[in-house]
Amino acid sequence: MVLIKKGAEASLYLEYWNNRKVIMKRRHPKKYRIPELDLLIRTQRTLHEPNIIHNAKEAGVPTPTIFMVNVEDANIIMEFVEGKQIKEVLDAVSKEERLNICKFVGKLIGRLHGNGIIHGDLTTSNMILTPYGKVVFVDFGLSERSVELEPMGVDLHLMKRTLQSTHYKYAKECFKAVMDGYEEALGKEETKKVTVKIREIERRGRYVADRE
Amino acid sequence: MPPKNNSSDNYCLGIESTADDFGAAIVSFRGKVLSNANDAYLPKEGGIHPREAARHHAEVAEKVLAEAFEKASTKPREISLVAFSQGPGLGPCLRTGATAARALASYLDIPLVGVNHCVGHIEIGKLTTGATDPVTLYVSGGNTIVSAFEAGKYRIFGETLDIAMGNCLDVFARNVGLQQRIGAPFGAVVEELATRGKNFVSLPYTVKGMDLSFSGLLTAAVYAFQSKRGSLEDICFSLQEVAFSMLTEVTERALAHTQKPELLLTGGVAANKKLQSMLKLVADEHDAKFCVVPLSLAADNGAMIAWTGILAYQSGVQTLVDESYVNVKWRLEDVDAPWVEGK
Repeated sequence: MVLIKKGAEASLYLEYWNNRKVIMKRRHPKKYRIPELDLLIRTQRTLHEPNIIHNAKEAGVPTPTIFMVNVEDANIIMEFVEGKQIKEVLDAVSKEERLNICKFVGKLIGRLHGNGIIHGDLTTSNMILTPYGKVVFVDFGLSERSVELEPMGVDLHLMKRTLQSTHYKYAKECFKAVMDGYEEALGKEETKKVTVKIREIERRGRYVADRE
Repeated sequence: MPPKNNSSDNYCLGIESTADDFGAAIVSFRGKVLSNANDAYLPKEGGIHPREAARHHAEVAEKVLAEAFEKASTKPREISLVAFSQGPGLGPCLRTGATAARALASYLDIPLVGVNHCVGHIEIGKLTTGATDPVTLYVSGGNTIVSAFEAGKYRIFGETLDIAMGNCLDVFARNVGLQQRIGAPFGAVVEELATRGKNFVSLPYTVKGMDLSFSGLLTAAVYAFQSKRGSLEDICFSLQEVAFSMLTEVTERALAHTQKPELLLTGGVAANKKLQSMLKLVADEHDAKFCVVPLSLAADNGAMIAWTGILAYQSGVQTLVDESYVNVKWRLEDVDAPWVEGK
């Protein structure tokens, strides 16, 4: 068992399970939380994540295949997705390719939202570009089900913020491409509503210059 | 005009008047805090009334400024720079401090620098702890921000979507009938009660990606008290556990994402020992050095404004009196910080 990523919430281990290369995602107890709260958060997230990952597939969004869920130890065994994080890819490709990827990412986000799935942690670290050109969304640990505009707006707002903080050089054009792809999946009308919502969320932030 | 170089070191007067505190401090260009005077407005009931707080500031300004000079054994003519808190904050309060700063700078004929209050909290934390490139959790009555320096600015990785952490504790404390005193703000009162709480009362835990929301938690905590779901001690304990777990989770995620070598805790709520201990665990886990601003410089103070003013001035930033109007919604990520070295 090899630790390949130590995230804030869970650790990912590379493992061989029934002759398959798999990822075991384990939510470790957090020492800073009291056990009652810790158990509650870990159990809820471990049960919830595989369900919503499955829902995402039904919505046409590639996600890892789930092989096993172990609630007691708060771990999930799932497919190892070969590829690179979009976070790394964006800085390494041409402008045209970058915008294409962003547009495609936007399309997938649109499919999620159109099917009432909110990812909850849409950062470029949580999207993997496979060698076959497929984008796979991972880490649904903070996802929720909702068809309301507010969480959709918050979802995309985080995507925008990730682009601004991590890929600030081309954040603007990238986010525009994301929204173009989003519109392809969800249509003009719905996208307009979400765009207005994102603006509203931004203005709700503290000390925004043009807040009324 | 370069600083007058009549001694081996130069001094800056910093004026802070963002919210309930009026502070004045003298800091040397080498980073020594020579004095740090303060007088807080304490409302008889309810929260900070901006106009009343500004009135308080105007009343105590002379006294606090005199104290700052006296404690530093410095005369006004010996300082070579005036820095003031230009925002974000409450308009009437900011204007009071800005007026004093403009008057002094003009009278003494020395440069003026308008400082972003949030940057002040980060810079004083870095100065006093030796942190150089931290992920910062800045938590106070008015702000809750997780930030880190990237490409010329302090970028915001996560922040509250509604009320600030300190505000949540303050309003909760007022709603359950607690009293604050000079030296024991609501946060300290809740912290003390929480140490005696034993039973966990479940309350809503709201983390949205990197952002946080405290308003629902506040309502639920007040309601838990009113409907007697636990003793006041238990609810204080549970409120802190949930709120601080949320803060710690988001801070940990920023630390994991940026891989910065330090974790800095600053702002008024940094005084909370429970929060400190939780963040320390996370810093250790990610091999980051845990740094916390000293208690005397955790809450709003003039020293952080003076020090940030010095840093800005030395990298060529200056604020002309004509352009020194306050900016009540000045976001942290809109401030150029040329004095911070990029990696």
